[in-house]
Amino acid sequence: MNPSEKQVCDPTFAGRVRKESGVAIDRCYQCLTCTLGCDAAYAMDYPPNQIVRMCQMGFKEEVFGSSSIWVCTACESCVTRCPNEIDIPHLMDTLHQMALRDGAPIQVPSVPVFHKVFLVPIKQFGRQFEVMMTGLFMLRARKFSISDIRTNITLGLGMFLRNKLRFIPHRIRDTGAVKEIFRKTMEGGQK
Amino acid sequence: MKYAFYPGCTQESTAEEFGLSSRAVCRELGIGLEEIPDWNCCGASSGHFLDEALADALPARNLAIAEQMGLDTAVVCAACYLRLRATRHKVAGSPGFGKELSERIGRPYEARYGVKHLLDIIVNDLGLEEVRKKVRKPLRGLRLVSYYGCYIVRPPDVVGFDDPENPTSMDRLLDALGADALDWGAKVDCCGGSLILSRDDIALKLMGGVIERAREVEADAIVVACPMCHANLDMRQKGSGPIPILYFTELIGLALGIPEAERWFRKHLVDPLDLLKAKKLL
Repeated sequence: MNPSEKQVCDPTFAGRVRKESGVAIDRCYQCLTCTLGCDAAYAMDYPPNQIVRMCQMGFKEEVFGSSSIWVCTACESCVTRCPNEIDIPHLMDTLHQMALRDGAPIQVPSVPVFHKVFLVPIKQFGRQFEVMMTGLFMLRARKFSISDIRTNITLGLGMFLRNKLRFIPHRIRDTGAVKEIFRKTMEGGQK
Repeated sequence: MKYAFYPGCTQESTAEEFGLSSRAVCRELGIGLEEIPDWNCCGASSGHFLDEALADALPARNLAIAEQMGLDTAVVCAACYLRLRATRHKVAGSPGFGKELSERIGRPYEARYGVKHLLDIIVNDLGLEEVRKKVRKPLRGLRLVSYYGCYIVRPPDVVGFDDPENPTSMDRLLDALGADALDWGAKVDCCGGSLILSRDDIALKLMGGVIERAREVEADAIVVACPMCHANLDMRQKGSGPIPILYFTELIGLALGIPEAERWFRKHLVDPLDLLKAKKLL
């Protein structure tokens, strides 16, 4: 949908985005440098420059409902090149968090599922545990197609044969300290 | 020369050869690495994707322990490097934020010491002259492209020991090792690593572009400094005659004549042994 076709925009949205992200979205003058250098733009419904514009204009539903905010790879090219130093990757992070909090419909749900399961072993053991993370991802993202399963078995076997897969997690001594960090940040203790 | 060493989770699993070669090469070059005791995962991209406070607190615990050691931190993984640098950068710019963060991690952290990538340490702190002096087996006839990817060079106000658009440190290193460092256009492209599980179609397309550029200049192998780039390019390369993906530390080890180098190369999915034997390097 073209943003201009939507009748209702949220007049408080731009302010919320500015406040939460600290990103000076108003400085954007649509030079398109971000979009021209964006390797993932081809997979986005709205390229990065339009996401910035839509944030300025209060098109909350279109922004939250876009594929763009989820397929951004956080490669940091756009902010490196932006003549106005607008931190778009950081803006994207804020938009992910706002969309998830608002319970907005998510166009590419496998992306936030990946990031959530990525943190599970870290909280538990203090370190990443790839086998557990990948297994959880397959289950929660419902990656049950034959090609998904085949890819994972092939890769898993390739890594196993080269002794690169660990089946027992590496647990740090002070797992309590890491759990406490989760409690005080993401889980809503003091922010 | 001594650093607090932050290996990062992949060095003990999917990128074991990066960890082994980094340690072996540092020993040989006289760079002391003292592992940060009881280090934890930096949270990588998922931390900042979901929660900004978490994204700073996970690296901060490691940085605080390194600060107690009184040493600058050496990092080998490009993603860990950016996360540690980003947190350090914020604390250095705002002591108030540092206090808040110290509270959250239950340890004091004041950003008194630096964070450096091993490539920066070898090329700039140690210097290529030192490397050159120790080369026993020059990598003659090996045509290589340096693939920097994202987080070693971007964003330049946070990382950046090199040019963000056309970095040269790895090229100069390969040149010092006697290899043929080729000029090419995909040095700082993104491999799409963060989407490899969730949207592998995008990651595969981005990787495909990198591999195609390497083929265009007839490279024998692609050299990386990031375990995520390595995992993607090494594990998910399609088609016949795949290009080997090598860590810069493995090549230093090979040129220095470190005997266990062959064991690192055996851990690759795209086997580089035939290539290295054909060039009489193994």
